[in-house]
Amino acid sequence: MARFAYAPFPYRTPPELSGGRTGPAPMAIVGAGPVGLAAAIDLALHGVKVVILDDNDTVSTGSRAICWSKRSLEIFDRLGIGERMVAKGVTWQVGRLFHRDREIYAFDLLPEQGHKMPAFINLQQYYVEHYLVERCADFPDLIDLRWKNKLIGVARRKDGVVASVETPDGTYDLAADWLIACDGARSRTRELLGLDFAGQVFEDRFLIADVEMTAEFPSERWFWFDPPFHQGQSALLHKQPDHIYRIDLQLGRDADPEEEKKPELVIPRIQAIVGDREFSLDWVSVYTFQCRRLDRFVHDRVIFAGDAAHVVSPFGARGGNGGIQDVDNLAWKLAMVIHGNADAALLASYDEERIRAADENIRHSARATNFMTPKSDMERIFRNAAIELAADHGFARRMVNSGRLSLPCSLAGLSLQTDGPDCAGAAPGLVCPDAPVTGADGRNSYLLDHLGGSFTLLAIGDIEAPSIPGLDIVRVGKRGFADPEGLVAARLGRDVLYLVRPDQHIAARFVASTPEGIAAAFARAIRMNPKRTEAAA
Amino acid sequence: MMVPIDLSTDRLGGRSDDVYAALLHAHEGLDPDASAALNARLILILTNLAGDPDAVIAAIAAAAKR
Ligand SMILES: Cc1cc2nc3c(=O)[nH]c(=O)nc-3n(C[C@H](O)[C@H](O)[C@H](O)COP(=O)(O)OP(=O)(O)OC[C@H]3O[C@@H](n4cnc5c(N)ncnc54)[C@H](O)[C@@H]3O)c2cc1C
Repeated sequence: MARFAYAPFPYRTPPELSGGRTGPAPMAIVGAGPVGLAAAIDLALHGVKVVILDDNDTVSTGSRAICWSKRSLEIFDRLGIGERMVAKGVTWQVGRLFHRDREIYAFDLLPEQGHKMPAFINLQQYYVEHYLVERCADFPDLIDLRWKNKLIGVARRKDGVVASVETPDGTYDLAADWLIACDGARSRTRELLGLDFAGQVFEDRFLIADVEMTAEFPSERWFWFDPPFHQGQSALLHKQPDHIYRIDLQLGRDADPEEEKKPELVIPRIQAIVGDREFSLDWVSVYTFQCRRLDRFVHDRVIFAGDAAHVVSPFGARGGNGGIQDVDNLAWKLAMVIHGNADAALLASYDEERIRAADENIRHSARATNFMTPKSDMERIFRNAAIELAADHGFARRMVNSGRLSLPCSLAGLSLQTDGPDCAGAAPGLVCPDAPVTGADGRNSYLLDHLGGSFTLLAIGDIEAPSIPGLDIVRVGKRGFADPEGLVAARLGRDVLYLVRPDQHIAARFVASTPEGIAAAFARAIRMNPKRTEAAA
Repeated sequence: MMVPIDLSTDRLGGRSDDVYAALLHAHEGLDPDASAALNARLILILTNLAGDPDAVIAAIAAAAKR
């Protein structure tokens, strides 16, 4: 059985210390976790040069994040590693909930066909980071990835940032126009800027273990309330690649984290779940969870993303998935500003849109954690009532909360989107739905393969797509892709025009093709004053 | 326009005594824990039966006000 082999990435003396060629970098990214690495690749795809600083020289130790959502996979696909992740990952869509020794219900996350990406895969965070690091190497002129380069100071300037960086060869200053802080839950950048990270702390401790074993458990998420093998607490079992299983066990408030990590305590707990199979411990950790966020993510030229900006408890898999969506939202905006195609004012929409998403993720994660860890007798009484009713009463199943799994946040009604008209299909603010398409050459692909990275007018059916500077055109219908299963029409409607953002969210839709209306929606989507656009034209 | 939620009109068709008696009867002989659990199950069932989240939230607020 081939387990993941950790190999350190090579440290190289940075040019600032070796006397090599240096100059200001347009973009510094602090942290080579999934979020920082994804940000670097997205920016490189837009032609922006980045320097990534990471204090470490390996991928994440222990698998940490395992569940990657459909939306994250679509983003990773745009970045170039989505197919590789799906090939390696364990695809799953069924979850089962048990109370004591009986199943109370099961759910199916993606009951419909015709999407490129599955509802969820499980893949250890170290694989994801490893694939991202390899993908970074495809951009040798644009991505400068510096291991063992630790951020120790930030000086904010009017039009940039100077980062102090510590390396094995000494310290140096890195001047950058922008700095994206992706340095995780304990963000040094946040601390250096003295920013408040307010929120809620949950007292219960959880044992999280990755266990290697050959077993015939299906690729499903199994969650127990009060199981016979771990009474009074909750438990979760979930399959990962390489015959590794994730096991979460709630330990309560009084558990001693150091004691609980000891194999002599962990092994019997695992045996109680998996029976007398042979297994080995791959990784064990004891956590408490928190839900917090920064008040704002954009601080002039310093912008926060991922866990540095917000943290959630893991029930619902909203941490890493939320961070990847931050990147999806931020990279094109920064690239437009850097290339002079939009004003810095556009970045305010990153705060607007991703704070809405962070609040949604925090709300769901906090509610799930509250459900699992009742704080009072009455909370426990209601929790148990919901679980008891769930077996016989459909409505109560929707109250039982073992985590509301990550879904993309709708941007409807926020300032970049244009409302209306009411018609069949997908509303502005949503991610454009995927569906199979066939090219003129007979090649099969998916709609989302052809969207993203730039602003695109997506014309479906007979409607005309006017040519507007800055907008690509994708057609499904007479003169474009065929809709072999009719799913484009079923999901997006007929004779409609969509303005799709570089992050594949819908900014506006039109049932009548008016160049002025489309240009106005485009100007709004990049926060360009229409008067200024006219003046520039 | 928001329609104000009417929480006080009698909707039990003159059978409030029957409902009240049935409620007490269900609790007969239960210890406080079992009673609390019964109440919780009942509240959740009624909550769903009301079929109107805004009305339920208004009812919760009315009950919480003393
Ligand atoms: C047990 C557990 C299970 C989870 N399960 C899931 C899940 O199933 N799905 C999901 O989506 N999320 C999950 N998460 C959350 C997920 O792991 C995080 O949200 C994710 O790692 C955040 O990525 P990030 O890149 O923002 O931060 P990190 O992954 O923390 O990366 C931060 C990087 O910054 C570097 N760094 C820190 N300080 C400095 C400095 N001063 N200078 C330079 N570099 C620095 C660090 O070395 C690190 O490489 C889970 C988390 C835990 C703990």
